Amino acid sequence: MASPILVLILGLTLAVGPRAMADPTLSHPPLTDQPGDPVRGLAVVRDASRASCLICHSIATLPDRDQGGLGPPLDGVAARLDAGQMRQRIVDARRVSPDTIMPPYHATAGLFAVGAKWVGQTLYSAQDVEDVVAFLMTLKD
Amino acid sequence: MKPALAFLLMLGGAANAADPAGVAPVSGYEFMEPATRQLQDDDFLNPAFFLLEQGRALWDQPWPDGQGGARSCRSCHGDPETGMTGVAARYPAFDAESGRMINLELKLSREVADRLGAPAPAYESDALLALTALVALQSRSLPMAIDVDARVQDWVDRGRKMFETRRGQLNLSCKSCHEDNWGQKLRGDTISQGHINAFPIFRLTWDEVGSRHRMFSWCMDSIRSEPYPFGSDEYLALETYLAVRGQGLLIEAPGVRR
Ligand code: HEC
Ligand code: HEC
Repeated sequence: MASPILVLILGLTLAVGPRAMADPTLSHPPLTDQPGDPVRGLAVVRDASRASCLICHSIATLPDRDQGGLGPPLDGVAARLDAGQMRQRIVDARRVSPDTIMPPYHATAGLFAVGAKWVGQTLYSAQDVEDVVAFLMTLKD
Repeated sequence: MKPALAFLLMLGGAANAADPAGVAPVSGYEFMEPATRQLQDDDFLNPAFFLLEQGRALWDQPWPDGQGGARSCRSCHGDPETGMTGVAARYPAFDAESGRMINLELKLSREVADRLGAPAPAYESDALLALTALVALQSRSLPMAIDVDARVQDWVDRGRKMFETRRGQLNLSCKSCHEDNWGQKLRGDTISQGHINAFPIFRLTWDEVGSRHRMFSWCMDSIRSEPYPFGSDEYLALETYLAVRGQGLLIEAPGVRR
């Protein structure tokens, strides 16, 4: 028999649902042992064939034309967020804000009608995420 | 930024805050660069007009009627300019025969097969795009005017649900872009409201003419969602919803888009 406390917690979780569990300060631990490489991270961010962040965001120091305007500019983002918070947003921004339009880059759960070519795969590998985080942490102003 | 677009964007901001459906729809034309608009404005520059020659040839093409005579689209409908006025503005429409919605492409394909006894042109073939463009041209500058009864409303509701459902590896819905973020920059594109009043369109990105259903598949592909087959119930529902959502927009077919 489960303890009454556990039952209570489960009940609350079900009643409140995932929305209310979203937390803007949520932090995610590193996904790999290998430290992120900011140079490779920059290349990943700019790669237009891989759902580039620049579809939606802009980074003023990059020469890329046609940067996006759906999300906030990422200039100075390292001054606003630490590496764990940055990682959480890239891994699965829904955990931070449930209605976000930012795609989950390293999660496969809770998605609908994913194309056959992509089923079960994540947009970014664990090391891609680490590299992108390392690059974003260079955007101090 | 052009003053007109700036004004639309202001409207967009207001609309997003309040009830997006309560604002008059804005054609994708308004979101195009001047050079792209010019291509649509001038029939001699509009690359989709090449297809119209083929459309006219098909319109006149005789097929044996089995009694030693011949029949063609023209033999029943006369000039497309008179016989087809306003037809495209009414589609998709409920088709009592099949009990489902039928759009212009499927209707024209069926006309060719059933009335002329000719091979039905395939979805997205040059022949069907050409016929569709020819017929749609006869509704140019007329408002989209879909007749919505209870049967059609079912498809509208279903299409709306599709439009609003997040899908694909990028977890976006049509609404995420075309209702909540129109006017914003998505890489090189300014996201429009996603209306269907200009189809078939010559899309510069494709370097050819494509149908509404091809556009749906393109958008689904770009969010890494599994597209549905052209002419499927899913796309007919989406098309019906979008036609009603854009009621009153003037038909621009054949249009030109980036
Ligand atoms: C489809 C649009 C879209 C894409 C693609 C996208 N984002 Fe975002 N992002 C957003 C939006 C919108 C926000 C604003 C907050 C929210 O809604 O979560 C955001 C917020 C962020 C934030 C928090 C910014 C701050 O100032 O607090 C970071 C960091 C971020 N995104 C990084 C990235 C990275 C890195 C990528 C690519 C790997 C990416 N985004 C791809 C839409 C997007
Ligand atoms: C990630 C953003 C995004 C999503 C999600 C999206 N689209 Fe689009 N769509 C675009 C862009 C960019 C264009 C080209 C510029 C424009 O006309 O808006 C476009 C164009 C269109 C057009 C042509 C508009 C015109 O004026 O000719 C239609 C119709 C359309 N989309 C329908 C849909 C439907 C239906 C869905 C859902 C299955 C969808 N879109 C999902 C980005 C998106």
